[in-house]
Amino acid sequence: MKILVPVKRVVDYNVKVRVKSDGSGVDTANVKMSMNPFDEIAVEEAVRLKEAGVATEVVAVSCGVGACQETLRTAMAIGADRGILVETDVDLQPLAVAKLLKALCDKEQPQVVICGKQAIDDDANQTGQMLSALMGWPQATFASKVAVSAGKATVTREIDGGLETLEISLPAVVSTDLRLNEPRYATLPNIMKAKKKPLETVKPADLGVDVTPRLTTIKVAEPAKRSAGVMVADVAQLVEKLKNEAKVL
Amino acid sequence: MSTYVAPVKDMLFAMNELAGLQEIVGLPGNEDVSSDLVEAILDEAGKFASEVVDPLNKVGDKQGNKWNNGVVTTADGFKEAYATFCETGWNGMPASTEFGGQGLPVTVSTAVLEMWKSASISFSLCQMLTLGAVEAIAHHGSDELKATFLPNMVSGKWTGTMNLTEPQAGSDLAAIRSKAEPRGDGSYAISGTKIFITWGEHDMAENIIHLVLARLPDAPPGVKGISLFIAPKFLVNADGSLGERNDLICASIEHKMGIHGSATAVMSFGDNGGAIGYLVGEPNRGLEYMFTMMNHARLNVGLEGVGVSERSYQHALAYARERIQGKIIGDKSGEKKPILHHPDVRRMLMDMKSRTEAGRAIAYYVAGCMDRAHSHPDADVRAANQRRLELLTPVVKGWCTENAQGITWNGVQVHGGMGFIEETGAAQYMRDARIITIYEGTTAIQANDLIGRKTAKEGGKSMQQLLADIAETGSALRASGNAQLKAIAEALGDGIAALDEATNWLIANYDANPQAAAAGSVPFLKLTGIVVGGWLMARSAAVAAERLDAADGDFYKAKIATASYFAQHVIPEANSYRDAIVGGAESVLALEEALF
Ligand SMILES: Cc1cc2nc3c(=O)[nH]c(=O)nc-3n(C[C@H](O)[C@H](O)[C@H](O)COP(=O)(O)OP(=O)(O)OC[C@H]3O[C@@H](n4cnc5c(N)ncnc54)[C@H](O)[C@@H]3O)c2cc1C
Repeated sequence: MKILVPVKRVVDYNVKVRVKSDGSGVDTANVKMSMNPFDEIAVEEAVRLKEAGVATEVVAVSCGVGACQETLRTAMAIGADRGILVETDVDLQPLAVAKLLKALCDKEQPQVVICGKQAIDDDANQTGQMLSALMGWPQATFASKVAVSAGKATVTREIDGGLETLEISLPAVVSTDLRLNEPRYATLPNIMKAKKKPLETVKPADLGVDVTPRLTTIKVAEPAKRSAGVMVADVAQLVEKLKNEAKVL
Repeated sequence: MSTYVAPVKDMLFAMNELAGLQEIVGLPGNEDVSSDLVEAILDEAGKFASEVVDPLNKVGDKQGNKWNNGVVTTADGFKEAYATFCETGWNGMPASTEFGGQGLPVTVSTAVLEMWKSASISFSLCQMLTLGAVEAIAHHGSDELKATFLPNMVSGKWTGTMNLTEPQAGSDLAAIRSKAEPRGDGSYAISGTKIFITWGEHDMAENIIHLVLARLPDAPPGVKGISLFIAPKFLVNADGSLGERNDLICASIEHKMGIHGSATAVMSFGDNGGAIGYLVGEPNRGLEYMFTMMNHARLNVGLEGVGVSERSYQHALAYARERIQGKIIGDKSGEKKPILHHPDVRRMLMDMKSRTEAGRAIAYYVAGCMDRAHSHPDADVRAANQRRLELLTPVVKGWCTENAQGITWNGVQVHGGMGFIEETGAAQYMRDARIITIYEGTTAIQANDLIGRKTAKEGGKSMQQLLADIAETGSALRASGNAQLKAIAEALGDGIAALDEATNWLIANYDANPQAAAAGSVPFLKLTGIVVGGWLMARSAAVAAERLDAADGDFYKAKIATASYFAQHVIPEANSYRDAIVGGAESVLALEEALF
């Protein structure tokens, strides 16, 4: 069984992002980039399934600029067997990525696609769902537990107020939530081996996909600064302020 | 609180532009290494250092180690972190592939080791001591000893120690008294007391392999009568399993000023008849063997200086960006701003940054010399690099660790009153840094080596060659037509003149007036450090000047500013050291003992 894992190169979660002064986006020049944390969980899950003998091959895919190769190498250091880079300088939106992944799924025929539930840069939370729709495959999003056997996956997902367990038939798309697993630290020997694993580069045109953006970003702005708080004398004053000033009661 | 972020960019810059990484990855034996692999390694190591090691540092400081009847318990989290450190292969990284390491070039492992040292000197010491012991056994031990001990030490399953110091034998190891008596079966019975043994006892590994310096019954007195032994905490059976507990115990651990996370043990050997030990190499050559490992050990302790300086800088910088205090002189807005805007806070941060980068530059440069001295196909190139490495090893150790004192001291100062409060964390870096000018040979011992064996005794040839190389960089910068580079070259020229004069004086006086020469030894070491640091910063600035238009132009802009700061503020110190060396010995030696 083959598992395909899409991985996105994003601004590292430790970096305090800054909005560009012209409001056109977030400044990514000279900023540390890493694999999207949810995708790391996806890679870890796929590799665990391989280690458990359930999967036979884990293929990592990244769509974006040439530097996404590093992200693929990271996935291979965790344990993915090979990587595919869909290289483009175009700013990719979720639908474009979903179409690229569809083309790759048609070609690679994985039984499961495990992706992060969202990327921490745009927080779109769309790609997995779009891919499932394009493929006509079942989907199980926000997984906190995954078990795969005999053409089926049992997925526990985090929903408002609790957990829901679904059984879906394969092939399918699963998206990961934070609590699914704790990704390992890549071992040094595996980091070195990752350099020797195959990494194929294709262009969107090779896959017959038009990745032109469909949405236009009008403006990106910093969140409004929080104004300083005030001390209230007593509960009565608090209630009064919540009613009349904040108007939340 | 700040989180350590490995300065991967500056590390790669120093590796590529100063150590010569491109050439090194092309040397025989490095076929598996490429520069993008190096970047991947640094990224992963950086992540591990930030997420696993850095958080231990404060816990180790607060809790320290607990001793109970010979058993030492490490602070919370150390054991688990150490296990992961070993599982991920970082422990054995610098060791040769023969015993399970990765055999990476010294230049690469140096950058990774710097990260562990930044994140926690205490934690990093365990690996450092283990690898030191591995190196000694690998170079001088029999095949049988290697097979018995090395694979488990490289993997980290067993750790190693260095048992040199005794109460009466610190800087002067000739005074060692520990004894080793043949037991008739090829092994020896070791007895004696060793003090200050780093990671001498702990609960992170199943066995501890002690390397012990001791005297055989018929050994000549002094340095020529000391042999090197392996004495494991648990004896190892023929099948590799652990056997009986050896006759050695941790009698107590010290209460220290810093590095509380690592136990500093008093080791008692042979209280019940003798600890079983195995001779490494030939009898009476123990100290000589120690010297063959010294370049590595001293580079690594110098690197502790770079690492703790970097950490202290990051910590201070984070605070300086957040702490709002007062209006800024000359700022028309009249707003109260973060202290980073006060010119004097900037001066401190620039001082920390420029000295740290200069220290990194020297350490990585020397690491590059090590790789070329070891693997270059051309014998002349190997020899030239060996000479440079020998000359600069005491400088890396002495200068980077002495610098770290001022840097971590400023790290406290930037914080104001909060710097003095332990909770802030700035003080720990200063306390932890304090040991590094002392162990692995005090600064004075490094300076003795520099002025004697490395300079005067060879007529200053290596130093003159170095000065010629530095002058060449100066000429290139002057010819560049770039005003900033020219100004750096001017300052560097003064530094060269000062070091040249001091060297000539030293050579003229070393034999005739040894006390006067020794009185200027530490100033001479600092002078050399400043000029070599200034040289490498100048070279960095020259590279940076070509790249200002690159996508990461800000990094290069900062590099030039940092090199300019070093040229304007640090290199001028060279003149006062020169004056102290050539004209200051008399006052050092003037007082009779009774007048002190
Ligand atoms: C925390 C810690 C960890 C340590 N870890 C280890 C370890 O793992 N293994 C181990 O074997 N040892 C270890 N040591 C010991 C350490 O290496 C010695 O303390 C160090 O070499 C200095 O020796 P000493 O303490 O006897 O000082 P001394 O040699 O007594 O020095 C006192 C002063 O005299 C000066 N001095 C001495 N001789 C000369 C000279 N010839 N010329 C000029 N000045 C001189 C010194 O510079 C120093 O300022 C450790 C020490 C500490 C504190």
